[in-house]
Amino acid sequence: MNPAVLIASIYVFALAAFLGYQVISRVPPLLHTPLMSATNAISGISLIGSLVLAGAAHYPLFAHILGFVAVTTATINVVGGFGLTDRMLKMFGKRKPPAKQAAQ
Amino acid sequence: MTPSTWFMEATYLVASILFVLALKGMSHPDTARRGMFLAEGGMFAAIVGTLAGTHIVTWTWIIAGLALGSIIGAWMAVWVPMTAMPQRTALSHAFGALAAALVGIGEFVVRGSGMGGVTRGALGFEVMLGALTTTGSLIAAAKLQGIIQGKPIQFRGQNIFNLAVFVGMVACFALFWLHPTAHTAFYTMLGIAFAFGIMLVIPIGSADMPVVMSLLNSYAGLASAATGFVLGNNVLIIAGTLDGFSGFILSVLMCKAMNRSITNVLFGGFGAVIAESAVSTGGVMREISLDDAAMQLAFASRVVFVPGYGLATAQAQHAVRELAELLESRGATVKYAIHPVAGRMPGHMNVLLAEANVPYSELCEMEQINPEFPTTDVAVVIGANDVVNPAARDNPKSLIAGMPILEVDRAKSVIVLKRGQGRGFSGLDNPLFLQILHVDAVRRCQSFTEPSHPGRSARIGRLTALPCRLLRSAALRCPARPFVRTALAAAACRLLLPRF
Repeated sequence: MNPAVLIASIYVFALAAFLGYQVISRVPPLLHTPLMSATNAISGISLIGSLVLAGAAHYPLFAHILGFVAVTTATINVVGGFGLTDRMLKMFGKRKPPAKQAAQ
Repeated sequence: MTPSTWFMEATYLVASILFVLALKGMSHPDTARRGMFLAEGGMFAAIVGTLAGTHIVTWTWIIAGLALGSIIGAWMAVWVPMTAMPQRTALSHAFGALAAALVGIGEFVVRGSGMGGVTRGALGFEVMLGALTTTGSLIAAAKLQGIIQGKPIQFRGQNIFNLAVFVGMVACFALFWLHPTAHTAFYTMLGIAFAFGIMLVIPIGSADMPVVMSLLNSYAGLASAATGFVLGNNVLIIAGTLDGFSGFILSVLMCKAMNRSITNVLFGGFGAVIAESAVSTGGVMREISLDDAAMQLAFASRVVFVPGYGLATAQAQHAVRELAELLESRGATVKYAIHPVAGRMPGHMNVLLAEANVPYSELCEMEQINPEFPTTDVAVVIGANDVVNPAARDNPKSLIAGMPILEVDRAKSVIVLKRGQGRGFSGLDNPLFLQILHVDAVRRCQSFTEPSHPGRSARIGRLTALPCRLLRSAALRCPARPFVRTALAAAACRLLLPRF
């Protein structure tokens, strides 16, 4: 990695950390479980690194197999993470059950 | 740069922006779902962008991995019950960290000694963090699932032993960094890191899991960010850092809510030490009958429910919500007081109660509800202990002194639903527990011979639609699951209430 790229990467890291701090401190405790699940799904972006490992040309078979396992686990996180987060958030969207509203 | 590389980089930029917007949406329940759709879109774009790149030639492994992962992921998303959320989250930390570690190992296999010093450093960091998070999270998941005991597992000289293991791991890392050809050092570091993950989590008790989960979340994210440094990929750095910082912020919040430092949680082995030195407060626990409890509730106009981990194990959330609805229909105001560390992961109680259809406006945070306790008629503590222990506030010698608590003792009366007379996780006596609805009372209560009201049914976890009189026999029939009785007690209160 040449120094220019490294410095740019460190900038990206520092700014992302700052942005993450600002954005995430505003998440209410109510949503901490979905937040954890969501950030987990988002960090499943390591899938794109795994894809290259699993499918690039001229890589040894061992690398492909490692890539395959990584693709699998990362995909589980992406699909499962987003699916579960949505399922949880759907519950938070619910208001009073209809029967109760009728009674009021 | 080829057009496909431009396209790929463009999708990465879009994904990064959408991820940040998604987390911003998380600041309110109403916007959270829309935010997640954005994140899903970003993820999809990044995957398409990567696959469109010219460097991908072999599709077999990719398609197999994507298909297998999607099937398992979708299965988890649909079938995992809300009560198993902590285990599921721990597992997903393990998966994320494993993916990061494997990518690192793969890069090492492919590029070998051809990497520069910085890349090698990032790679070592990624593999080390990824590996220890993988095994650590698996242990956490096993503890939460009850596969291994939740109590801290400790032995003499554990901290020194762990420190030695850690030093060994870092030494291997340094050796690998200085000598790129030292393959043995790399693989030894990998092995030690896997072992260290186990050693790190084993001495931590289940009630400290909120902190551990957040920390593992943070590690998994940082491992992803390190992958970004190795591959020179900005979207990986951004997403990994967001995840890492989210976990870090949560761990700090959780520690604050227990008035303990992260070091103390990780190396203190809280539960084990204190159980030995526990002292009795000398108070006498007064067991009240269901009739008493129902009567107190019937005449209350402001009721606050305080759920704890016991609510989760008993799956009492539905029974509690039904009781709350009945109280509301009788004109009482009902709120739920949620302590930040109640349960086994951040926000655990909120998710359970939301599952039972409790509107989120009734779920109150600690700072919000504490001033309201003096005007509360009845506070109902369900399966919680340390988070309501007044000793934390009043007794400076208490081992949990200084931990912020829900001040239920200031309410006009308190009913504690508890499965036994045992102490809480901290092993401390709780002076609050002088009036307790011992849920074994369900067994003795004669009033269960009354038939239930037509059309209304008590739903307790999977025991659906039980007529009132069957509740008692159901309680008797599940001696192996004493927690169920907590749910039954809540249901019983609801059924008895109309008599007053």
